[in-house]
Amino acid sequence: MTSTTWTTAALSRDRLLRSLQDYGVYGALVVLLVVAVALNTGFLSAGNWRVQLFQLSPTLLVALGMALVIGTEGIDLSVGAVIALAAAVVPLYIGYGPWPALGIALLLGAASGAVGGSMIAFAGVQPIVATLALMIGLRGLAELMNGDAAKPVLDSTLLGLGENRVLGVPVMAWIALAAAVIAALVMRLTTFGRQLVAIGDNRSASRLAGLPVRRVLITVYVISGVLSALAGVLIVGHGAEADPANQGLNMELNAITAVVVGGTPLSGGRVRVLGTVAGALFMQLITAVLTQHNVHASYTQIVEAAIICFAVYASRERGTR
Amino acid sequence: MSATQLPEAGEDPYVLEAGGLAKSFAGVHALRGVDFALRAGEVHALVGENGAGKSTLIKVITGVYRPDTGTVRLAGKERSFRTPLEAQAAGISTIYQEVNLVPLMSVARNLYLGREPRRLGLVDLRAMHRGATETLERYGVRADVARPLHTLGLGAQQMVAIARAVQTEARVVIMDEPTSSLETREAHTLFSVIRTLREQGIAVVFVSHRLDELYEICDRVTVMRDGGVVHTGELAELSRLELISLMLGREQFTVRAEGATAFDTASHAARGDSRPALRAEGLDMRHRLHGVSLDVYAGEVVGLGGLLGAGRSETAKAIIGALPSDGGTVEVDGKRLHRRSPAGAMRSGVVMLAEDRKAEGIIPSLSVRENIVLAALPRMSRAGVLSAQKQDAVVKLFMDRLRIKASSPQQRVSDLSGGNQQKVLLARWLCMNPKVLLLDEPTRGIDLGAKAEVQTLIDELAHDGLAVLLISSELEELIEGSDRIVVLKDGSVVGHLNGDEVTEDRLLHALAAVPADAARGDQASISERGAAGVSAPAAEESAAAANPRDEEHER
Repeated sequence: MTSTTWTTAALSRDRLLRSLQDYGVYGALVVLLVVAVALNTGFLSAGNWRVQLFQLSPTLLVALGMALVIGTEGIDLSVGAVIALAAAVVPLYIGYGPWPALGIALLLGAASGAVGGSMIAFAGVQPIVATLALMIGLRGLAELMNGDAAKPVLDSTLLGLGENRVLGVPVMAWIALAAAVIAALVMRLTTFGRQLVAIGDNRSASRLAGLPVRRVLITVYVISGVLSALAGVLIVGHGAEADPANQGLNMELNAITAVVVGGTPLSGGRVRVLGTVAGALFMQLITAVLTQHNVHASYTQIVEAAIICFAVYASRERGTR
Repeated sequence: MSATQLPEAGEDPYVLEAGGLAKSFAGVHALRGVDFALRAGEVHALVGENGAGKSTLIKVITGVYRPDTGTVRLAGKERSFRTPLEAQAAGISTIYQEVNLVPLMSVARNLYLGREPRRLGLVDLRAMHRGATETLERYGVRADVARPLHTLGLGAQQMVAIARAVQTEARVVIMDEPTSSLETREAHTLFSVIRTLREQGIAVVFVSHRLDELYEICDRVTVMRDGGVVHTGELAELSRLELISLMLGREQFTVRAEGATAFDTASHAARGDSRPALRAEGLDMRHRLHGVSLDVYAGEVVGLGGLLGAGRSETAKAIIGALPSDGGTVEVDGKRLHRRSPAGAMRSGVVMLAEDRKAEGIIPSLSVRENIVLAALPRMSRAGVLSAQKQDAVVKLFMDRLRIKASSPQQRVSDLSGGNQQKVLLARWLCMNPKVLLLDEPTRGIDLGAKAEVQTLIDELAHDGLAVLLISSELEELIEGSDRIVVLKDGSVVGHLNGDEVTEDRLLHALAAVPADAARGDQASISERGAAGVSAPAAEESAAAANPRDEEHER
């Protein structure tokens, strides 16, 4: 008798953890909104939302790439440095027009991803080491290319990408939304999405099943690099300056946080695109709420840390199965 | 057969005595009441097939696991070790298959790790290096002890591990498959070291799957099966055939029970074709395979026989390129496979059901449906976008045909029973329309009903013209399922059983065969290599001819 009650208790705890992992982030988001509005009805104003979306969009773009990488049981620490690299090349090539400058930035992002992905797929370097090397090297390269001071960027197209609105919503947010929809469709409907998850869940079984493990790994890092470079160009457009020494700093940590809070386990084998969107939004809003209520930045960080711990605890269930 | 005990003067002749050890994991009995005793100055073989409980026994003795019941007595005193460190301090040293030393530290440091000679409170490097050099020379290793350990060959590293184990004043040294990564010459050095240990009165537990080695070095033997001890005694009193029969749980020369498995014992399609569906020739893999050759024709099931560690799984993996091989060729329908890889083999129509369902088979978090179509994804999609209809059609077909019991195709595969998981994996391979199917332990760990179904299915597939290579540790399954059997031993083909020869008796004899010339190792495998490829009956004869020598207790 005791054993059966124990089993049901364990089962329900198991189920609770699983649903916490699956839907926790949405619930938390709703609670946060209710609290924020109760404290200050101005929170719902269009102006406030625009500010939030401007800050959220680049993080979300990077987090989407990060979610795919984490789905393969990897991690990409180089995203912040790729943003810096993109920021450094924009002023150099803006003379050819905004689109060539954007294209070159994206190309460099792809190249960075290809280098990192190849180190991981062919040389068997651990993702954390390979992308750490890129993180350090690319940031240095970006600062070298740019020189000491931040450079102003006055191209109207790029500024438009960073500042304009369509239907009242920032262009940046539309871009991030489009990226999220595409990512969700890729994960749901394509061979690539299925292979990505399989490789993250059980690599040796995937290899034996004839999956193109290396190709998928490299592609994932290339996607992450391109999305980061895109985020970098948007950041430059929004700020009207290229500042590789400061732009994209800590972006890798924000992106990983969004992914983890969104319920994607770091152990791979699962990618939650909608969860990542919610995770990024949640982290953005909680920071905003705390800041708006004059909570000191140090406490904000501590709250964020607590949220991350809780998210990791909730996703722990998978590891013990 | 009970051990004839020496009437020693001392009251307790045993240095280590384990009594009534039991250990279970999640309801599965890994050890059930094991008694195990070691005398000082003996080399004691511990043998058994996979899952017999050898490693669990070692781990219980060395404090890795706590036994559920039972006692361990060391030199007459009851001991209960909580960690391997405690066991080591008490004089039980273990040398594992994989050397576990610190590869980046110097040889000398490794040797003296944790008990460095001190001088004025600092490590006395000079004394340490001198001591290490002297010690290693006694074990036949001449090396610069200041260099990092990993620069030494594997054999030398093993020696360092042994030297270390013995230096820590061991009374019992447990060696878990110490020779599996050694060259023949290195193995012989190891044996002379073991003999030295024996003379010093140290008890050595020697775990190995190589019968030749056991008979060369061991005095007594304990045979385990299914978590219990089935025999303990002098090794010399036991013929190879008896030893193997004990390990596999077979009474010698008993008439086999017909129809104990679901296989149709009738032979499959006659070999009309001139060309085999699969031909592997001269597969080489360092330490593991030596020139393995075999053919499988369409419509037949070829069994791959051998004891644990004989190289059966390695052969299958070498064929599809899942493990890199050092030499050899694979042909499918006469076409040679270049640059072997699992993906390439699959494209040519060769697929393998891996032995380890969890680690190399299922993708646990994906659904039944997603697991079935995993390998066939490119065929189920257009421009990379998956077609739901195509997937559903294939999944329905195979779930019906293989009678996969799942609440729906969307159920997570990790929630299914072992048997149904295995069927999902079979479905994954069958939907690739393979020509050659390599099955590595297809029925291990699945319930009886599913087992019979899988066996029937293998039969049907062969009838339908598939070439099947069957690896199984269950003699009945292998014998009743196979049209022919290729017998492997220590990575070489040592015999072929055709037609009427496919009997338990013949298989046991082939497994027990002593190599043509008494010396083990490369010479023997070269001669076998020649015999195996060309004249199968000759190899079989020589294997049979070697048998009478068993009864004379070869040492």
